[in-house]
Amino acid sequence: MELSYLIYKAILVASVLGVSLLVAMYSTYAERKVAAFLQDRIGPNRAGIFGILQPLADGIKMFMKEEIIPDVSNKVLFILGPSLAMITACMTSAVIPWATDIAVNGKNYALQVTDVNIGILYVFGVVSIGVYGVMIGGWASNNKYSLLGAIRASSQMISYEIAMGLAVISVVMMTGTLSLREIVTQQHGFHWNVFYQPLAFVVFIVCAFAECNRTPFDLPECETELVGGYHTEYSSMKLGFYLFAEYVNMFISSAIISSVFFGGYNFPYMHELNLSQNMLAAVGCLVFFAKISFFIFFFMWIRWTLPRFRYDQLMNLGWKILLPLALINIFITGIIMAINNNFAF
Amino acid sequence: MIHYLFYFLSFLAIFSALMVVLVKNPVHSVLYLIVTLFSIAGHYVLLNAQFLAAVHVIVYAGAIMVLFLFVLMLLNLNVETESHKSSWLKFMAVLSGGLFLLVLTASVKGSEKIHGVISGGSETGMIKTLGNTLFGEFMLPFEISSLLFLIAMVGAVMLGKKETQ
Repeated sequence: MELSYLIYKAILVASVLGVSLLVAMYSTYAERKVAAFLQDRIGPNRAGIFGILQPLADGIKMFMKEEIIPDVSNKVLFILGPSLAMITACMTSAVIPWATDIAVNGKNYALQVTDVNIGILYVFGVVSIGVYGVMIGGWASNNKYSLLGAIRASSQMISYEIAMGLAVISVVMMTGTLSLREIVTQQHGFHWNVFYQPLAFVVFIVCAFAECNRTPFDLPECETELVGGYHTEYSSMKLGFYLFAEYVNMFISSAIISSVFFGGYNFPYMHELNLSQNMLAAVGCLVFFAKISFFIFFFMWIRWTLPRFRYDQLMNLGWKILLPLALINIFITGIIMAINNNFAF
Repeated sequence: MIHYLFYFLSFLAIFSALMVVLVKNPVHSVLYLIVTLFSIAGHYVLLNAQFLAAVHVIVYAGAIMVLFLFVLMLLNLNVETESHKSSWLKFMAVLSGGLFLLVLTASVKGSEKIHGVISGGSETGMIKTLGNTLFGEFMLPFEISSLLFLIAMVGAVMLGKKETQ
């Protein structure tokens, strides 16, 4: 391995991590502003101009608060819980293609940390271990509300993972690849998957809400029943990690939704504009972030519009509606593909 | 470089497998089992079987172990409520474990020497090769095993269903 390759990868990893943390940080600010807008309030406007320094102030507050570890808790696992939640939230971004290749000194560099040929399965793998952060933290707190929250979180995430996986299978059947880069490249020229797989998209986005524990599916931390759910006993930056991991997850799921269903960095007429290679990558990256921002806004919009589900309603929705829908979608996709392959019109 | 990774993963796998048996707390034991499963997934990646590694993590670490943990957390086992096994049972457990070890050693010793493929480059584990093999050469066994899974699933649902009278 040559040195320039190592430096390029190191810069890429650091910037992807930095960007996802920065976006997550400002999502907390955006969430409060969106909530204020939807409820006809002003929202945070004291720290800096338009309250732009609010996330920084919140961060400092989190660090300065007293660190409380309950006496009856399992100390090692109590600390492991939020750390796991944060690590898994940051790991998923490795397979997301951020833009087309850029050229530096005549060499092509891909703007993706790693292009494994099982990209989308890697995402599912990381998501499926993400539940341990909540489970371990909730159990280690030794508090019945935390335990109930942890158990709700784990059963909810396992249930919705199945429908989510089945929704993606129909897209994989169409594209014939699991690599996210390939999936994005095939959507070039406005052939976005959402036009071919609208049902898969609907199932996927509902499951993404459940996987991120966002309203209307935020039952693991349902404050009217469970005080604070799995993070009842947490304080200071450990609580901050749990809350922050949710925003990182939201950013990553928006990025996955944009790249699987909405063409990622592709935009209409991208090769008719005659842009230079680096310009194209820059514009593509901006377009990708615009799509991500829209979906982050969508997450918040839903949160401040819909009330919370009841737990049995949540389970019924997952197992009796979304799962059959995803299966029917696979079936229809298979039939259409068979017809297309055998009778070419 | 890859050799060091191999040794590290092997050490981790064996160490955490031992800890699964040795630790007293059942929840810790399950967590060590998860670490073992992860290090085995790491071995799959070293053998260039990325698909197997991902599915291993999703199915075992992501689903089955969560259910294990789920049950253990609900039962909330601890030292005081642990049921004491009779010495007769312990003796038989050691005996059968020893017999199993004997069978394993015999079968490993009798098998041909495996020429290790440590570095990447082998295409066997790639998803394309795997899919073509499974849906071509091994179509019938594959379908039969999926039918078996379906039967198991239906059976589990039947057992879990409440009696309505």
